[in-house]
Parts: sequence; structure tokens; C-alpha cells
Amino acid sequence: MGGWAIAVHGGAGVDPNLPPQRQEEAKQLLARCLNLGISSLHSNASAIDVVELVVRELETDPLFNSGRGSALTENGTVEMEASIMDGPKRRCGAVSGLTTVKNPISLARLVMDKSPHSYLAFSGAEDFARLQGVEVVENEYFITPENVGMLKLAKEANTILFDYRIPTNGYDTCGAGVESPMKMNGLPISVYAPETVGCVVVDKEGRCAAATSTGGLMNKMTGRIGDSPLIGAGTYACELCGVSCTGEGEAIIRGTLAREVAAVMEYKGLGLQEAVDFVIKNRLDEGFAGLIAVSNKGEVAYGFNCNGMFRGCATEDGFMEVGIWE
Amino acid sequence: MGWAIAVHGGAGDISRSLPHDRRQPREEALRHCLQIGVEALESNLPPLDVVELVVRELENIPHFNAGRGSVLTSEGTVEMEASIMDGNTMRCGAVSGLTTVVNAVSLARLVMEKTPHIYLAFDGAEQFAREQGVEIVDSSHFITPENVERLKLAKEANRVQIDYNAQPIQNDTKKEKPCANGDSQIGTVGCVAVDSHGNLASATSTGGLVNKMSGRIGDTPVIGAGTYANELCAVSATGKGESIIRGTVARDVAALMEFKGLSLKEAADCVVHERTPKGTVGLIAVSAAGEVVMSFNTTGMFRGFATEDGYSEVAIWSDAQVE
Repeated sequence: MGGWAIAVHGGAGVDPNLPPQRQEEAKQLLARCLNLGISSLHSNASAIDVVELVVRELETDPLFNSGRGSALTENGTVEMEASIMDGPKRRCGAVSGLTTVKNPISLARLVMDKSPHSYLAFSGAEDFARLQGVEVVENEYFITPENVGMLKLAKEANTILFDYRIPTNGYDTCGAGVESPMKMNGLPISVYAPETVGCVVVDKEGRCAAATSTGGLMNKMTGRIGDSPLIGAGTYACELCGVSCTGEGEAIIRGTLAREVAAVMEYKGLGLQEAVDFVIKNRLDEGFAGLIAVSNKGEVAYGFNCNGMFRGCATEDGFMEVGIWE
Repeated sequence: MGWAIAVHGGAGDISRSLPHDRRQPREEALRHCLQIGVEALESNLPPLDVVELVVRELENIPHFNAGRGSVLTSEGTVEMEASIMDGNTMRCGAVSGLTTVVNAVSLARLVMEKTPHIYLAFDGAEQFAREQGVEIVDSSHFITPENVERLKLAKEANRVQIDYNAQPIQNDTKKEKPCANGDSQIGTVGCVAVDSHGNLASATSTGGLVNKMSGRIGDTPVIGAGTYANELCAVSATGKGESIIRGTVARDVAALMEFKGLSLKEAADCVVHERTPKGTVGLIAVSAAGEVVMSFNTTGMFRGFATEDGYSEVAIWSDAQVE
């Protein structure tokens, strides 16, 4: 064992009726991002640099729900969030509520490297972005016609299925309960935009890093923060591993999912795949989610309990795989 | 076994020469809030209601860094945040960036119960507050003269520090801006409670870090960092936000109990004394069995606890016991 390893994801909870062409496009994007990460690793880039680079690529491409192509809030706008964590000293940076920053993951990195804080949000984060001189654009840049259409469908579905202003039983209000497997986070899977993109890497020196970025839940309330910017929930990296999660944000937060993988490795001595399987099986209850992970030994693993997860992984010994379904 | 409750009003570098008029009102306040919690538990109120009630009280008291009495951002404003978690169901709620909501912890509870989300922040949270009809006031309500003064001193101290901020921060501990005087309005407020059936809950609330950048979020609203509760224990942490986030402090106490079979005290001591840098964290925790622990690696932590067998205590430093 040993050597580098990388995994990427484009979100969990995939419409089983996704047209084959879309599936092909997704797989090509995942492969392209993997290859980008791999060439970086070949030139001895550190894990933290590679995860940022790869997530920037995923944000820039409109296919997945992050950066351009982000899901829309109830107001039809985009509010993006991201977090990044560097395993060796567990340094971290996170951002939420971004509306003009072209690459949220890079701003999260700047929060980590250039600010005295770990997490900046909304107008404070936007101000920081301008101070740092990162690339900013109009909010419209992030909005795709496809997502405008999806938002409309989501609103229609919501009025029939789910009015959260009416008090309901506990399992419903947190989006964790589903009557049928074809709903994610309260939305029919055909309009659900699998939340989040992510990348985890262990480099040749055994350093792990993780990065996650998203536009969030389609039709979310403005101001809603999901799991992606929360260290321990959507993203985590330490000496042992790097983890990035995707799926029902509320379930991931409640289950502190990313931290959980590391905790069972550290406190129960489980190996990477065992830890991933354990967490997916035991920590989600009625929630649906997936995750990718790497270990400091050069291993890579992933798991999900929902209908599909866009993912790809590769290791130094030449292994490479891209997939969507089980 | 029986009920147990603990409260805190922040951990940090609390000088032992804290003047009496700075010390006494806070000890009184902790006693008062503890008493409210005790009476609530004795009348069989669920722990989730108890922690909300007690933290509301702490928010309303201007001596602590939450609600009224919150420290100020670099712009002289308040941005408050809070979270709450129910151990049985593991439902949780969190809010950040509040400027007009009198009780952040109650809004966090409403997010948990009345939305499909867990966490709302800034304008979206303020809008939700108005939709829910919670009590809102002009921001000036939260600002105290002491905190205006603290901000002034912090900015002055920062001017001396300015060279440090010009370089990228390479070290692993964020250099938090120091307060020039010893009476820093540190941390956070929090409450954890367990009833005689083993139901657990935790809640934490804060104004954040003095002179923080607008938009800065700390550990308090981050589930697993500042607040956590499951079927084993309930934890509320306070101290240097960035360290608590990185250390997933509240979750780690529970994880050590679950995965390594440590007791509540062993788990808390491990997290505080072995896994987090000295001078950065304090926490209060209760277990399903009715145990209480209050652990800190800072100079002091404003705290108190009470158990059904009649024992209660309010303290600041480790050996200074206050009746």
C-alpha cells in the first residue's frame, strides 16, 4: 500500500430515468476531473492543492450542482457554499451564501490561509472575496436554464407534496423521512439536483485533504446552510483520512458523517472501506447520502445508500473507475 | 440516577484578579439560570425545553456573550448565532448572523421544528424570524457600553498586531485577536440537561468573537463542534471557535464514549486535555446515566451544575468553589 489516491463525486441521489446521454456526459466530466487530479499528483502537487484544483473544475462545469449549474433558492437565485480541510494539521476553511464568487472552493481556501477565521458567510464572505481580489461575476452567470425549469417543477411538486409551514411529525421536517425511495430531501428524484461535488486526495507523502462545494437544495429557503460547509458533516480530513459527503444535508449534519468515518478508524481501528461501510449502514437511519474517502495508506473507498452517486476514483497502481449506479 | 443539568457562560483566560463587581453578577446569574433549569426539570419539562429556557435566560442577561451583551463585530454590530439538539431524535437546529432576534436559541429551535432545514443564516434567518413572529428588536438592544469599550481596546491591540495579518497564516492555530484588558467577554453560553428517563438535550448561543469580521461563523452553530446530543450524552462547548470546529469537540466526547467505551468524564477529559491545544476549550456535558462533567483547559470557565440528589455548584476557576 501507499502511493497517491484520489476520488471525486458529483452528488448522490440520481434519477433512475436519467437519459443515457446525460449519464455519459457526467461520466466524461468525472473522468476528466480525475485525470486533472492525477496529472497534478504526478507533478508532486500536495493533496490540498489537488482537491482545490479538481473542485474548481467541477464548479466551473455547469453539469453538477455547484458553482455554475448550482441549484436555485426559492427566489430563483444562487447561494453557494464550500469547505476545504487539510489533513496534517486539520486546518480548515469554509464559506456560505456566496452569490458572485466564481469559485467558492478557492474562497474557502483563502479563508483558511488568509483570514483569522475558519468560516465566513453571506455579505461578510462576499466582502472578503473582494478584498482578496478573487474572480467575481453576476449571480446570473451561475443560473442555467435547466435549473430554472427544475425550480418550477420543484415548486409544483412542493405544493402537492409538502408544505413545511404546516407542523408535521418529526421525521418529515428534517427531510430525512421518505415514503418511497424515489424522493430525496423532500423532492421527487426527477427534480432533485444531487447536492454537491467533492474531491478527496492522499498524496505521495501520505497527506490527506478533502474539499466539497455546492449550490445546495433545489428550492431551499434563502439563508439555508447545508452540510457542505460544515466541518465534520460534509467535509473532514485528518492524519488518517479525507472524506467528502453528499446527499440529504440534514441527515449528514445530524450524523456528523465525514467525521464519523475518521472517528471509527481512529477509535475502533477500522480500515477505510470498513469505516465507510459502517457509517453508511449505521449512521443514516432514514436519511440518504453517499461519501468518498481516502486513507493515508493510499486507499480509496466510497459508499452510498441511495439511488446512485456520480463518482470516480483512481490509485497510483493504475486502478481507475467511474460510475453512477451500484 | 436522576436528572442533571449544567450551564456555562464561557471559557477563556479569565483573570483570577477579576474585580468583585465583574465576578459577582455573573456568579449570581449562573445561579439564577441554574435554578430556573432545576425547577423546570423538577416539573418534568423535557430536557429540550429546559435547555432552551435556560439559554434564553442566559441570552437575556447582559453579563455574558450571547443575546444582549454579545461582543461586537469589527463594524460595531452584533451577529448572533446558536444551535440546539435533541438527543433522542438527533434533530437539530442552528442559526447565524442574527441582528434583531431577541432569542437566537429559540429561533434555532423553530428552524428545527418548522422548516425542512437545520440551519438558516443572515438575511434568510431574519426573514424566517419575522414569518414566525418571534420577538425582534432594534440591534441597539444587544449592545452594551462594556462591549463598545472592548471593541475599542481590541482594535487598538490589533493595530500593534498588524504585521502578522499581512502574511498568510501558516501555523495551525489561528491567532485570535487578544483583548487588552483581562476582562474579555469570552465564549458563549450553553446548557445541557438530562431527565430521570435519560432524555438528553444541548443548546449553545453566542455573539461570537470580539472584533470578528462580519460574516464570521464560529463553532456555536456547527453541530458536532459547539453542540451535540445523542442517546449517550449532551455536550456544549466554548472557547476558541476555530479550534473547536477543527476538533469536532462536542461530537468527539460522544464518539469516545461510543467507540472506545470511555466514561463521560474520561471522554471529556480526553478531548479537552489531550486532543485540543491548551487554552482553547471548555465544555459541559451530561450522560444518560445522570452524570455531569465540566472540563476546561483554559484559565477558567463560568459554569454551574446541579443534580437531583441535591448537589449544586457554581464556579469559575478550578479550585475556587463558590457556594
